[in-house]
Amino acid sequence: MTLLDQPAGAPLGSVWPPDAHGPRRDPAPLLPDPEPLRVLGTSVADKLDPELLRELYRRLVLGRRYNQQATTLTKQGRLAVYPASTGQEACQIAAAMVLRDTDWLFPSYRDTLAVVSRGVRPVEALTLLRGDAHHGWDPKAHRVAPLSTPLATQAPHAVGLAHAARLRGDDVVALTTVGDGGTSEGDFHEALNFAGVLNAPVVFLVQNNGYAISVPLAKQSAAPTLAHKAVGYGISGRLVDGNDAAAMHTVLSEAVEHARSGRGPVLVEAVTYRLEAHTNADDATRYRTPDEVTAWQARDPLHLLETHLREAGLIDDAAVAAAAQAAEELAAEMRAEFHAEPELDPLSLFEHVYAEPTPQLREQAAMLAAELAAEADAR
Amino acid sequence: MSTATLAQALNTALGDALREDPDVHILGEDVGTLGGVFRITDGLAAEFGPQRCLDTPLAEAGILGTAVGMAMYGLRPVVEMQFDAFAYPAFEQLVSHVAKMRNRTAGKLPLPITIRIPYGGGIGGVEHHSDSSEAYYAHTPGLHVVTPATVADGYGLLRAAIASDDPVVFLEPKRLYWSKDEFAPAPVEPIGRAVVRRQGTSATLLTYGPSLPVCLEAAEAAKAEGWDLSVVDLRSLTPFDDETVCAAVRATGRAVVVHEASGFGGVGAEIAARVMERCFHHLAAPVLRVTGFDIPFPPPMLERHHLPGVDRILDAVARLQWEQ
Ligand SMILES: Cc1ncc(C[n+]2csc(CCOP(=O)(O)OP(=O)(O)O)c2C)c(N)n1
Repeated sequence: MTLLDQPAGAPLGSVWPPDAHGPRRDPAPLLPDPEPLRVLGTSVADKLDPELLRELYRRLVLGRRYNQQATTLTKQGRLAVYPASTGQEACQIAAAMVLRDTDWLFPSYRDTLAVVSRGVRPVEALTLLRGDAHHGWDPKAHRVAPLSTPLATQAPHAVGLAHAARLRGDDVVALTTVGDGGTSEGDFHEALNFAGVLNAPVVFLVQNNGYAISVPLAKQSAAPTLAHKAVGYGISGRLVDGNDAAAMHTVLSEAVEHARSGRGPVLVEAVTYRLEAHTNADDATRYRTPDEVTAWQARDPLHLLETHLREAGLIDDAAVAAAAQAAEELAAEMRAEFHAEPELDPLSLFEHVYAEPTPQLREQAAMLAAELAAEADAR
Repeated sequence: MSTATLAQALNTALGDALREDPDVHILGEDVGTLGGVFRITDGLAAEFGPQRCLDTPLAEAGILGTAVGMAMYGLRPVVEMQFDAFAYPAFEQLVSHVAKMRNRTAGKLPLPITIRIPYGGGIGGVEHHSDSSEAYYAHTPGLHVVTPATVADGYGLLRAAIASDDPVVFLEPKRLYWSKDEFAPAPVEPIGRAVVRRQGTSATLLTYGPSLPVCLEAAEAAKAEGWDLSVVDLRSLTPFDDETVCAAVRATGRAVVVHEASGFGGVGAEIAARVMERCFHHLAAPVLRVTGFDIPFPPPMLERHHLPGVDRILDAVARLQWEQ
């Protein structure tokens, strides 16, 4: 008998295999939406709170300006490298907005805008990329884990933290962000599996921007959608238009609520596009056509929302100008903060390797101190 | 005082840690209902509940990655890797996050995780059940690497590891699990100190974990040759106790490093170099190493040829330029 010949219809778990092989679930409710969910341009949008839409707009404008300014700072040598999230701002800000203060965000390396949207100062969010330290903000104060450079390795951390919070009886949801490429990593799968088994309150947000550096999704996965990856782990998958800020906010809010209420983890695939190159060091023309980029520019999340708000009469020129003004203030703040040279203390390199430096590290610190003293004398 | 095996001492240490600190959580493959394949967590799930001693899915990166998140939230996870070679899937989590998180966050996110790994050969295990992987871990800044060789240290070092605010790779010499000794749970001293197990005058054997009993046996046998050997049990590979090691080597002027792991790029090379750098003028002979061969761990029926034994240690001692 081949797989296709197997009888269908018997409820899972009601027949062989026996108990030890359970639990088995009906996969139907877990299956992702057939199409990426859209809200803008549909009747659903009219029912949304106008103030929420205006807030999304203000944040999108800020986010876009943030990406532009960080890119400029890279060109000026103030940042070592910057992976822009231009085009993905709706994903970034929605991820931050749907979380409560007590929830945790576990960002991937491209997600500094989500980090900033969570209240971290840009100069702290970008410390890793500036190069003066590995990390800038206080993770516990902001409930934001450090940026994770090894892809998807932060996903199991989100599961562990959410699990620990539940053990302590605390109401905490962890949201982690992964790229489409990152969904191929083992840690991503292990995290989904653990989250399912532990029923941990975690939301996995996959930003499918079409490429992992140069590799397109078709070479990354044969799955019908990346959201389908949820089903194999017995958790719910949702598919959403990542350029539709209203849809992003709706779906992520529901996912966080789903997790918070104990109904289990959710995998959300947001279909979006990286309008810039992978980083400033990348040449995107080697793997994608200008036509493709142009087509996606027509679906720019900022334009989509602004068009909707204008058509619905929810913003006027003054509101647009006010948002632009706030964005300029953010950019000016970034320029000022990055203009100041960071203070570097070479001896701090030894300070936090362990709670107490080992005897070996103390010796090595003394050696570096002597070298620094000699350098100072020579000057 | 009653007697106990190393396995029982480790089990007692885990039970005491769970009892004294509600933040301590054990997780790993088969650690719950079964009590672990070596029974080190025997009875703990029954006493403390399935959440405190959690049977996880089979995914080592997932286990350690989950432990990272738990530690970030303030728990003290104790992870069991089922065997040395099966800890490798968790290597990325260990090296890229466990070892680096405190440093990355300038002390804001310490990770007090203990990673217990049964290691080494001598039990007739088929391939992938006998690796000595300590060099990988000892080479990674940010980790402490300790290994008990006695029943008492099984308890004391494990309690110290769990109490440590840094991640500790706790390597359990699986061939010593069933070794017996007098045992009473003793107060815990901080990790990082070696101990002189036998005081001698002619040469010093520097060793740890599964090779300690072999070295002590070799020291007994050496008496017949007229050699009175010191034996130092390192206990902690990082931090390394240069002080105790150098004092012991200077007192005898000769040293042999003994470990099961392959020699090339091994911990023994580091120890020999440290001794040479610090004790050169006290040395009457080069520091020698007796290690496993530079081969993948052999099949069970051949492992005795690979593992450092008494004769190979005595041969090395004989090469310490006694004629001078
Ligand atoms: C484990 C790991 N392998 C390789 C890399 C190098 N790398 C950095 S970003 C990247 C592509 C990631 O693509 P995706 O997950 O789709 O995220 P995106 O860049 O599109 O945001 C690669 C291969 C890495 N950071 N981590």
